[in-house]
Amino acid sequence: MPLGGIIFIFVFIAVFGAFLLWVAAKTGGKSKYHPVKNEPYECGLPGLEKKDTKVSVKYYLTAILFILFDIEIIFMYPWAISFREFIATGAGAFVFISMMVFIAIFIFGLFWEVKSKALEWD
Amino acid sequence: MDMGKDIFEVTVNGLKLVVIFLMMVQAVPILVWLERRGSAFIQNRLGPNRVGPLGLMQLLADAVKFLTKENFVPDAAKPFLYYAAPVFALIPGAVAFSAIPMSTPIKVGTFEMFGSTWGPYTFLVQGYDIGVGIVFILGISSLAAYTLLMAGFGSGNKYSLMGALRASAQTISYELALGLSIVGVIMLYGTFDLTAMTLAQQGPLTFQMFGHTISTKFLPNWGIFYQPLAALLFFTTAFAESNRLPFDLAEGESELVAGFHTEYGGFKFNMFFIGEYGHMMIASGLMALFFFGGFGIPFASVLEVETWARGFASTEGGASAIVSALHFLSFFLKFAFFMWVFIWVRWTLPRFRYDQLMDFGWKTLLPWALANTIITATVIFIASL
Repeated sequence: MPLGGIIFIFVFIAVFGAFLLWVAAKTGGKSKYHPVKNEPYECGLPGLEKKDTKVSVKYYLTAILFILFDIEIIFMYPWAISFREFIATGAGAFVFISMMVFIAIFIFGLFWEVKSKALEWD
Repeated sequence: MDMGKDIFEVTVNGLKLVVIFLMMVQAVPILVWLERRGSAFIQNRLGPNRVGPLGLMQLLADAVKFLTKENFVPDAAKPFLYYAAPVFALIPGAVAFSAIPMSTPIKVGTFEMFGSTWGPYTFLVQGYDIGVGIVFILGISSLAAYTLLMAGFGSGNKYSLMGALRASAQTISYELALGLSIVGVIMLYGTFDLTAMTLAQQGPLTFQMFGHTISTKFLPNWGIFYQPLAALLFFTTAFAESNRLPFDLAEGESELVAGFHTEYGGFKFNMFFIGEYGHMMIASGLMALFFFGGFGIPFASVLEVETWARGFASTEGGASAIVSALHFLSFFLKFAFFMWVFIWVRWTLPRFRYDQLMDFGWKTLLPWALANTIITATVIFIASL
C-alpha cells in the first residue's frame, strides 16, 4: 500500500485548498457587517427559527438501514473475489448454495423493510 | 513509505499526484464551458460566446469574478465547519481518481544526473497502485457525504441543513445499489486490482462455457458484454452519488434555494463545484474501466501494441512512452465520452420527487442489483459444470 502517497495528497489538497480560500479572502473585498445581511438566508422575510431546525426522523432510520444493508453487501465482496477459485478447487456447490442462503435472508430483510413501511416518504 | 527507492522516484511520484490533482481542478472550467455551451445548443440558444473566441475566455472571467467576491460568513454559521467544508470537498475526488490506472507504465532507463547514475525506473500513469483499488475508491468517494453534512450544519441555515440531510440520505441509499452492482464485476474478473481488470479485457470477446472456448472476432472483450445490467445500474447510481441531475435533490433549486450551499458564494462555492465534477470524473473513469476496457485499445492487446512500437522506437524507454501515450489516448476518449453523457443527461431528463428518488433507490435499483448478483453467480457456476 502506497500509504505515503495517499497521506501526502490528502495533506497537500487540504493545505492547497486552505491557501486558495486565503487568497480568495485577500483578493475579495472585506465583508461589511449588516445585521440583516448576516442573517440566515430566508427569501427576504425575517427568519423565524433562530436555532437549528428540527428534521424528520426518517433520515435517521434511513441511515440505520443503510448500515445494516451495507455490511451485508460488504460480506459479499470476499465471496465474489474468491468464487472462481472455490469452483476451481471443487468447493463451488457449497459456496454457491451458502451465498444463496445469505442472499435469501437479505431479500427477506428487504421485503420486511418494505412491508413495514420503513421506506415510505410522505 | 514506499513511494520509490530513491529521491528521484519519490519526487516524480509526488509530483505526479500533484499534477493529477491540478489537472482535475483545471479540467473543471473547461467542463463548465462545455456544459454551458452544450446545454445552450441542446436548448437552441447560443450560450456564452462574447468573452474570447467561442466564449472560451469566459472561464477566466468567471475565475476573476469568483476571486473578487467578498469573504462572507453568516452570523449563524459555525466558522470552522463553514470554512472546512469547501476544502474537504476537493479531497475525495482527487484522492480516489489517483487510484485509477490511466495507461501502461512508462519505463525510464539509466541516465547520468548530478554526477551519479540513476535508474532504471518504472513510472505508473496513475497516482498510486493500490491492490484493492475498488474498495479504496468506494471508501474514499463515500467521504463526500461528510462534505455535505459539514456544509449543511456549518451554515446555520435550515435550507442548508435540509439539503445536506437529503443529499446524505440519497448518497447512502444509492451507495447500496452501487456497491452491489460491482459484486458481479468483481466475480467476473476475480480481482480488486484495477490494472488487472483492465488487462483482463484485452483482445476480442472470448469466454469459456461448459469446457468449450467461445470467441468472436467482431466484438472487443469488454465488461459490458458480460455485465450489461451492472453497467446500467452502476451508471445510474453514479449520477445519484455525484448529485447530478436527474438526482440533484440536494440542491433542489426550486424548493431548497440551493440546498447545502445556500450560504456559500464566490470561491467557496466554486470549490464545491470542483468536488462535484471530481465525482463525475471518478464515475466516468470507473465506467470506462469496469465495462469499456479501461486504457485498453479495442481488439489490440498491450503486448501487440508493444511489439508494434518496438519496430521503430530505438530504446526501451521510447517504446514504452509511445505505448503509454496510445493507451492514455484510448482511456481519455472513453473518459471524455462518459463526461459528455453526464452533461447530456442533465439537460435531457427532468428531476425526481424526493419520495420517488428514495423508492427508486431502495425498491428498484437494489433488487435489480441483487438479481444481477444472483444471475452472475448462477451463470458462472453452471458454466463451470
